[in-house]
Amino acid sequence: MQYWTIQTLNSLALGGLLFLLAAGFSIIFGLMRIANLTHGSMYMLGAYAGASVLTGGLRVRVPGSDLALFLVASGFLLLFGVMRLARLRQRTMVYALGAYALVAVAACALMLRTPGSAFEGAITLPDFARNMWIAVAAGALLVGVFGVALERLILRELTGNALGQVLVTLGISFIVADFCLMVWGGDPIPVPTPPSLQAPLRVGSVAFPTYRLVVLVIAVVTAVALYLLMDRTRVGAMIRAGVDDPQMARAVGIPVSKLFTAVFCLGAALAGAGGIIGGPIMSAYPGLDADMLPLALIVVMLGGVGSLLGAFVGSFLTGAIYTFGTALLPDLAYVILFLPMIFVIAFRPRGLFGRQTV
Amino acid sequence: MRVAGWALLVVVLLGVPWVMGEYFVNLGSQILIAAIFAASLNLLVGYGGLPSLGHAAWLGLAAYISAWMSLKLGLGHWITAPAAILGTALVACVFGWISLRATGLGFLMLTLALSQVLWGTAYRWVAVTDGDNGLRGLSRPAPFGLSLDGATAFYYFCLAITVLAIALMAMFVASPFGAALRGTRDQPRRMGALGHDVWLIRWITFVYSAFWGGVSGLLFVYYNKYIHPASLSIQSSAEGLLGVIAGGSGTLAGPIVGAAIVMLLKNYVSAYIERWNMLLGFVFVFIVIFMPEGVVPGLKRLWSRWRRK
Repeated sequence: MQYWTIQTLNSLALGGLLFLLAAGFSIIFGLMRIANLTHGSMYMLGAYAGASVLTGGLRVRVPGSDLALFLVASGFLLLFGVMRLARLRQRTMVYALGAYALVAVAACALMLRTPGSAFEGAITLPDFARNMWIAVAAGALLVGVFGVALERLILRELTGNALGQVLVTLGISFIVADFCLMVWGGDPIPVPTPPSLQAPLRVGSVAFPTYRLVVLVIAVVTAVALYLLMDRTRVGAMIRAGVDDPQMARAVGIPVSKLFTAVFCLGAALAGAGGIIGGPIMSAYPGLDADMLPLALIVVMLGGVGSLLGAFVGSFLTGAIYTFGTALLPDLAYVILFLPMIFVIAFRPRGLFGRQTV
Repeated sequence: MRVAGWALLVVVLLGVPWVMGEYFVNLGSQILIAAIFAASLNLLVGYGGLPSLGHAAWLGLAAYISAWMSLKLGLGHWITAPAAILGTALVACVFGWISLRATGLGFLMLTLALSQVLWGTAYRWVAVTDGDNGLRGLSRPAPFGLSLDGATAFYYFCLAITVLAIALMAMFVASPFGAALRGTRDQPRRMGALGHDVWLIRWITFVYSAFWGGVSGLLFVYYNKYIHPASLSIQSSAEGLLGVIAGGSGTLAGPIVGAAIVMLLKNYVSAYIERWNMLLGFVFVFIVIFMPEGVVPGLKRLWSRWRRK
């Protein structure tokens, strides 16, 4: 009895986390037609950032060559994106990027002349910052900013090129995964449960882990807030109009472009917050992104693209199947997990609650 | 002109073991295997307009079936190789039926999800796949009594299969069926109106592409004598897709050039930098933004511009 109660609660908590992840993915896909494959990476980035806040800081030691690769290449992309945003002439951009590349290569060559050079650094946070809410805010903020930069500087370049956008998000997910490995190392970082939520909640003879209940509550509150935002506000009406018919929405004067950025930021921030909220349950480890992304895909395909209700139902369904599948048939849990999605796709390609086919 | 170019390439490749050391011969084998893999993916991505992000499924599936049959059932290569290809094709029939419910991004996400099923199974179903340890202790086949254990012998074996594979894929693309396939890529509704069964054309291409993906998987497992779930991962699919796009999708030579570029990068840069995945990611982003058509079409354009002068 106790075992199944705990499993049920686990499945609900996982469902809640999946909702935080998949809601953003679904709305982004529905509105912008971007299959954002960095969504799992955003979740992981949030988890790592939050873990660092909760453990009071970060100590890094990065090989010089790796750091150089990351800084030079991402600097190049940032420079390009910013210059495109500033609408510079193409010739100016070519010169600027060329100059940047020359300087960067020269600097790297100088720096790497000493073999085995490494960058070391440490950030220590004051004690009052080691708080769950601050960690969640930090994760959401960091990942939200990352999302805005990604959308404005890179994805905006490729409007209308759906395949290009997917490939770019795929490439960036690899970069983020390796970046996390570079900064936080290969060992899993456990995220401590907030002390006030550590004691189990006792109802009669059954003890519930309090934190999982809190996760569930957070997910439900978020779902209600998102529902009110989408269904009861003017902005929500605009987003829904954009999902249903972007061209028509543009034609009647809805600022679809700004909505894109806002929605992308919101989705990213939700994923980042989800990462740290899920931290005490899943911890932060390399490969977390690759574990979460397929789950988000399943949820969205199951529930229907662009539908909040679909994401909600799909999340809890997927959470339940995953938890009970792992408990009952650990060998084949992964196959069982995908079966409902395949079934739905085969007989109802738009998903349970979707209005458009993918 | 064109045939002469290909013949010249084959002659050069035949000469590689005479000039280069064992390291490069082995690298050559890996490039050839990656070339078959990328070329088979190109049938879907380039000619069919169906971006698949789960092609590693076929490489891994064929490799796992062959490895499992020879290790756990003790069967010889003459049985395991055809069985592996057949098994791969059968699974592809089912996966194709599911994935082709959608096109475009939906197709991409479905292929990704389905290949994740196989990846997860390879990781979790320890009784069959040995999970994270992978299957080891495999042997290379000895067709007609010729041992393939030497680097040079295996290279020639790979080269022969690659030439056969590329030739058959070229014939597939050049055939009336290939023309219909390109039609479904450019104008699916018009093709439907003309009486072509668009879905069936795509499905046949999907299975054919998986077939050659399976062949590359067999070569892959023969080369490494080892198979690990990582071969089924998104990274593995993405490397293949990067090869196709870097080289130029929808061209015959593109995936070969692209696969060679990716393998060379992987082998050389990994020696200096730990972060191969990060580099892979950056190359992806740079190619999509700055060189969306790929190396081969880009060079072709330069060549024709130069000739006009």
